[in-house]
Amino acid sequence: MEKLLTWIDDRFPLTKVWKEHLAEYYAPKNFNFWYYFGSLALLVLVIQIVTGIFLTMHYKPDTELAFASVEYIMRDVEWGWLIRYMHSTGASFFFIMVYLHMFRALLYGSHRRPRELVWLIGMFIYIALMAEAFMGYLLPWGNMSYWGAQVIVSLFDAIPVVGPALSEWLRGDFVVSDATLNRFFAFHVIAIPLILVALVFVHIVALHQVGSNNPDGIEIKKTKGANGLPVDGIPFHPYYTVKDIVGITVFLMIFAAVIFFAPELWGWFLEPDNFVPANILQTPSEIVPLWYFTPFYSILRANVYNFFWIDAKLWGVIFMGLSIVIFFFLPWLDRSPVKSIRYRGKMYKTALGVFVVSFIILGYLGTKSPEVVSLFWFKNVFWVQGFTVLYFAFFFLMPLYTKFDKIKPVPERVTWK
Amino acid sequence: MSDEVVNPRRRRLLAITSGLGVVGTALAVTPFVLSMLPSARAKAAGAPVEIDISKMEPGQLLTVEWRGKPVWILRRTQEMLKSLHEVDPLLVDPESTVVDQQPSYAQNEPRSIKPEILVLVGICTHLGCSPDKRLEAGAGSGLGDDWKGGFFCPCHGSKFDLAGRVYKNVPAPTNLVVPPHAYLSDTRIIIGADQRGAA
Repeated sequence: MEKLLTWIDDRFPLTKVWKEHLAEYYAPKNFNFWYYFGSLALLVLVIQIVTGIFLTMHYKPDTELAFASVEYIMRDVEWGWLIRYMHSTGASFFFIMVYLHMFRALLYGSHRRPRELVWLIGMFIYIALMAEAFMGYLLPWGNMSYWGAQVIVSLFDAIPVVGPALSEWLRGDFVVSDATLNRFFAFHVIAIPLILVALVFVHIVALHQVGSNNPDGIEIKKTKGANGLPVDGIPFHPYYTVKDIVGITVFLMIFAAVIFFAPELWGWFLEPDNFVPANILQTPSEIVPLWYFTPFYSILRANVYNFFWIDAKLWGVIFMGLSIVIFFFLPWLDRSPVKSIRYRGKMYKTALGVFVVSFIILGYLGTKSPEVVSLFWFKNVFWVQGFTVLYFAFFFLMPLYTKFDKIKPVPERVTWK
Repeated sequence: MSDEVVNPRRRRLLAITSGLGVVGTALAVTPFVLSMLPSARAKAAGAPVEIDISKMEPGQLLTVEWRGKPVWILRRTQEMLKSLHEVDPLLVDPESTVVDQQPSYAQNEPRSIKPEILVLVGICTHLGCSPDKRLEAGAGSGLGDDWKGGFFCPCHGSKFDLAGRVYKNVPAPTNLVVPPHAYLSDTRIIIGADQRGAA
């Protein structure tokens, strides 16, 4: 055995990689609950790839056959229902994990110097994930698939001059059609998964270069012992591999419960309108994307006024684009001398709280018709406009409130109980 | 490296090679990018459609498919036509001045050749949903007592009147599109072609 390992190590840095990234990767010893979601997101990626491969064996990317082939998977393929529900439930869980993972960064300043690149790569993963989810959603060729794709591709129409040509190029036709379905299939099963896996790899390489942050937001590399290792660090393996296995166990229990008892989650994970085949003459009565896109969808339709020489439609698209792109700038918008929320003052805590509430309410309102009177006597659209302002205020005012916030003294060493 | 004298000849060759490499890559990428354009088959599809409107009652709306899009034919009643005038101040473009949205023969208040027969592409000019038909005036439409009848897009809340003209302060920027169409006889309409030939 030893000989074999030596033989390999002479030709490939197996032991070196194992040590650098697992056995001798020193992570802070005070990780808490919020540090589960990175490894869980990775687990869901694996689940999506594996279930996806098996779905591809039975699915047909053809407008005449697609809807029926999904029903065939659900009814006739051995265990097909399980694989398909794992995939559709996995999509929503992927976003739950990623949103919690991103929220962790906002809590403890994991996006701040020196981890800006980790954050930027992570944002690219998030955008690739959105593209992956959007294209995958067209494949069952249900009525919501069709009209959802119609709306999202039309977003590109709003771009001046090149817009209409660009959306035609994306669809490969003048409307969403067989050509569109076929290419979305290609992107969904090959192009974007390859990009996702590559980005996840780079994300981890970048993280291991700078080292993990922790709930205190201080650098463990600053306090090293006589052996040159951080005194507050513990090897990732076995300490955190074991911790993550506990997380995975709990995660799989919840995941299985949803798959077995509520795979549609009352319309939140699979929409009722998508159990009807695509009908090009009839938009569903209320067209909404799945929950993970609804905050941005709300922002898209918040703007109903023409300002300056730009019409309301383009403003909506601009604001929606900005609401996502602005995340990229977070490491530089934050001017606080401390990273972790533990040592920040009331201002950041309030701002983050308001942002989370706005994000959730925008997400909820995005699932409702804009004309509905949803809260008190105001129409949905007025609430959306209000919370859109709060959403952007979190980012645009950040340089101010993080600078003037009262901070607490930061300890030299990590704290734990 | 920094101590060494830069060899200008090597520099120049390097620049030329890199430049050619970029051009070559761009050329190699071109066929892949162009392969995603609508194919010859997609372009050839979309022949004009003929419809018999003799059996349409006043107030009735017929939906037909043309080029993969829903096209509405609405036979408007006298009250409906009267309402068009009443909503003028609430509209973005009551005179249909945006030329791309209709052929010149439909650039009038009812946006049609014969006042009562309206032909519209049933696709919202905002993001491509198909609006709901809320033809009835008043509170029964679900859009309040002041609603004069028209179309309401469920996706983002855009409103259009009974000539497909867009209301102010909604996300859609322009009126609904009137496709090229012509009367083959009193009761037969062709959509997708007119006196000037096929669209």
